[in-house]
Amino acid sequence: MSYLEYNVKTVPTGLRKILHLNWALVLLLTAASCTGFLMLYSVSGGSFNPWAEPQIKRFALGVGVMLCVAMVPIWFWRNLSALAYLVSLVLLAIVEFFGATGMGAQRWIDLGFMRLQPSELAKISVVMLLAAFYDWLPIQKTSKPQWILVPVIIILIPTIMVLKQPDLGTAILIMLAGGTVMFLAGVHFAYFASVIALGVATVTAIFKSRGTEWQLIKDYQFRRIDTFLDPASDPLGAGYHITQSKIALGSGGWTGRGYMQGTQSRLNFLPEKHTDFIFTTLAEEFGFIGGISLLMIYVLIILFCVSSAMKNKDRFSSLLIMGIAMTFFLFFSVNMSMVMGLAPVVGVPLPLVSYGGSAMLVLLLAFGLVQSAHVHRPRGVK
Amino acid sequence: MKRTPHETNSSWRTINRRALLIGGAQVGFAGLLALRMRHLQVDQADQFRLLAEENRINMRLIPPSRGDIFDRNGVVLAENEPSYRITLVPEDAGDVDDVLAKLSALVPMSEEDIARAKSEIKRSAPFLPVTILDRVTWDDVSKVAINTPALPGVTPEVGLSRKYPIGPYYAHVVGYVGPVSQRDLDRFEDPDPLLRIPRFQVGKVGIEQKYEDVLRGRAGAKRVEVNSIGRVMRELDRREGIPGSNIQITVDSNLQAYVQARLGEESASVVVMDCQSGDLLAIASSPTYDPNKFVRGISFNDYAILRDNDRRPLASKTVQDAYPPGSTFKMVTALAALEEGVIGPNDTVNCPGHLEVSGRKFHCWKRGGHGKVNLERSLSESCDVYYYDLALKIGIEKISAMAERLGVGVSHDIPMSAETSGLAPTKDWKRRVRDKDWVIGDTVNASIGQGFVLSSPLQLAVMTARLATGTAVAPRLIKSIDGTDLLIGPTPDLNVSTKNLDELRKAMYAVSNDRQGTAYRSRIIAEGFRMAGKTGTSQVRNISEAERRAGVTANEDLPWKRRDHALFVNFAPYDNPKIAVAVVVEHGGGGSAAAAPIARDITLQALYGDTPPLDAYPAKDRDAIAQLQKQIQDMMPDISASRKDRA
Repeated sequence: MSYLEYNVKTVPTGLRKILHLNWALVLLLTAASCTGFLMLYSVSGGSFNPWAEPQIKRFALGVGVMLCVAMVPIWFWRNLSALAYLVSLVLLAIVEFFGATGMGAQRWIDLGFMRLQPSELAKISVVMLLAAFYDWLPIQKTSKPQWILVPVIIILIPTIMVLKQPDLGTAILIMLAGGTVMFLAGVHFAYFASVIALGVATVTAIFKSRGTEWQLIKDYQFRRIDTFLDPASDPLGAGYHITQSKIALGSGGWTGRGYMQGTQSRLNFLPEKHTDFIFTTLAEEFGFIGGISLLMIYVLIILFCVSSAMKNKDRFSSLLIMGIAMTFFLFFSVNMSMVMGLAPVVGVPLPLVSYGGSAMLVLLLAFGLVQSAHVHRPRGVK
Repeated sequence: MKRTPHETNSSWRTINRRALLIGGAQVGFAGLLALRMRHLQVDQADQFRLLAEENRINMRLIPPSRGDIFDRNGVVLAENEPSYRITLVPEDAGDVDDVLAKLSALVPMSEEDIARAKSEIKRSAPFLPVTILDRVTWDDVSKVAINTPALPGVTPEVGLSRKYPIGPYYAHVVGYVGPVSQRDLDRFEDPDPLLRIPRFQVGKVGIEQKYEDVLRGRAGAKRVEVNSIGRVMRELDRREGIPGSNIQITVDSNLQAYVQARLGEESASVVVMDCQSGDLLAIASSPTYDPNKFVRGISFNDYAILRDNDRRPLASKTVQDAYPPGSTFKMVTALAALEEGVIGPNDTVNCPGHLEVSGRKFHCWKRGGHGKVNLERSLSESCDVYYYDLALKIGIEKISAMAERLGVGVSHDIPMSAETSGLAPTKDWKRRVRDKDWVIGDTVNASIGQGFVLSSPLQLAVMTARLATGTAVAPRLIKSIDGTDLLIGPTPDLNVSTKNLDELRKAMYAVSNDRQGTAYRSRIIAEGFRMAGKTGTSQVRNISEAERRAGVTANEDLPWKRRDHALFVNFAPYDNPKIAVAVVVEHGGGGSAAAAPIARDITLQALYGDTPPLDAYPAKDRDAIAQLQKQIQDMMPDISASRKDRA
């Protein structure tokens, strides 16, 4: 069903929309963010500066953005999908040529009050455009090869641009989120099977290319993979991050060492303790109980999204919600896998908890879209 | 796009089916993460907590203070003094160049100092203090301390460093300390972690080295919490170390200083030993050097001067040099023969000036010969032929066995560096080491302390003490450790006939009291202080037949390095032996002229415990002696100033 087909009069209007927000989701997002404030306060040694206070301000701004986005009918956002996608591409191109360089990679544009990472925006806009595309495409054509090509191109253009920055983590995230939307839209299983086969072949090729003229990824990326496979091989070099992170996690035990008592983070053994490795501080100070609690919050956010998507009979809304949920899931699962030594260090932040302005704002904006889809879902239609 | 209700429903169902699939996969993966978290945090928690503690806690050693060294009267020979240094923490200094410029305006700093400081600052972590100047005077430290507000990051600090208050008198005995070298570390299987502290000082030479373990003490430790770059955050707890033990040695600084002053720049060595207890009252080697220079790190130039000096100031000649003992060895040959019974004290041997043994002529020092000589005359006039004859009768094995019984050719385990064992040669030794058969000429040479026989001055003193007492007295240098006197066991008997010893002592008495004696000119005339001794002149070279014919035998005509060594051994008082003395003057010429006067002065100084009265000397020597005494007194330091109560 599409919005063209149902009676918009059944959709709540005006301030009544607020009552129809998915409040459980709002509460869960707030809970995750508050965990972040708590940890940022701890890693700066019991101070709101330099991290906790700006993070709170951004959260407040983000919640405002989320509510505003939620109030706007979902069909408006659907119509904006293509534009959002184009804007993302332009911004990515700008970063490519004029962007500032941080941590060896070109990733953000300095807007003065914040640093904008266009790759964050790209993640959402790809999902939006794909959802809109499948909403428009006649269902019978979904699995036709020529109609497969279009979404693949939609996914690949930003993926390649992000990869050039280079930001392997975000590139994988975009691909997986895009693939998820295609899968949900009903693309035949055979395509995914062949893509997986191709992926395996590519990985093999990448490893085979090592050290040759046509090496496909950078040396530092190879090293990260090496240290992931065997962190003990270089405990003070590149393996340092993973080893120290595991020590921090492990020393937390059941209940942790107490708030602001984590020696690993307080004594700076943890790398990037306020961004990518913030979960280790949480796990060190609050132990298994603290870590599992945050994981539960994340799982509940995913479950509320899935349930909202399943209830929603609007094709665009369902696909969008699931795509955003997938993006969110990828964020935290890749980050946690990384700090627990299950995945290589790829620079993916912990959503809502890690310090970082644009990640937080874009995520809350995305959840605004989820809310909008929830509020403006078709009602009373068989 | 319009869709039929059927289409809409089927697509909705597809989405829901697949959404469930995806949602399930996501929850499943989250479950996997939870399991992993449980594995790390619960199952392996203990192991990781240990690793976190290891990360966090660092052990820092607290160096113990090194034990002091005293002489037998409590005069300080080695102690720790506060040494001031100026350190700078680059992080606190801000503009390091500016601070260094200000500092160099305040205290004297050479270009080299500044360059070294800058390079050290570059190398070390910004929060670690870098030593800018070491061993700064109190005045300079005060200047810096007053001006610290203008010198950010600069701190005057106090440490301990070794000081030898009367260093040059004890350079060869006490030795000195220096920073640990790789060689020091290699010497130990499991080196004390203290040795790894930068700039930690260990004994390099002498007692400082031999008693390193006793003097060093045990390190204390503190546990500190550090962050990932090693900055100390706080101290958790500390355990103080155990300071090193104090050592008291048997040497008497008054005598030691007198001996050093008496020897002056002569290349000589003296050992004064208590005959009864074996205490070494003085053990001096000259020329000497200032060990304090080595503690500070001696400059290359200063070191080269010491190293290249012909008179070898760095050598501890009393124990590490072995000389042919020359005629001082004759007591050994005589006692061996008396004990074997091949000759009586009054039996005579005719000395025609030489003795022919298997076709080779062995000369007596006196060209014309001594005529008929008995034991007393042979020793007092130092007839060589008499001893050639004895040696042929008893053989080398008996002589060497007696030498070892008297302490020559054996090591005495004195805690000084590079002690030689000397050599009492045997036939077996020559075959083993030289791969040649022993010939009779070797025995003849050995009988008068030439040829293969080698003895250190210490061994000569031991020999003299044993002859004087008839007991196998052993020398010792360490008197007490931490105030506890080391026990001296009962001295074993020498197992030599008292009658023979008495005859020998009588002969030695004649050496310095009989008008014909070789040391008559160096006699002591104070009753109760008379000494008995023996002169020795040991050849550095073999006098060739050509030289003998040309008549170039006068020592004064030879270059210094080829002149004979002068030796003298004695004990005193004759009728109640208290001390034994051995003097070796390298390339000094004849023993009676170069060594005996020194031995007499030292003997008197030791017996009186102070400057002896002039009437102990023969009347005609007194003017010269008075002048010498005055000279030496001017050179002596005020040792009582450095005396301090034994801790």
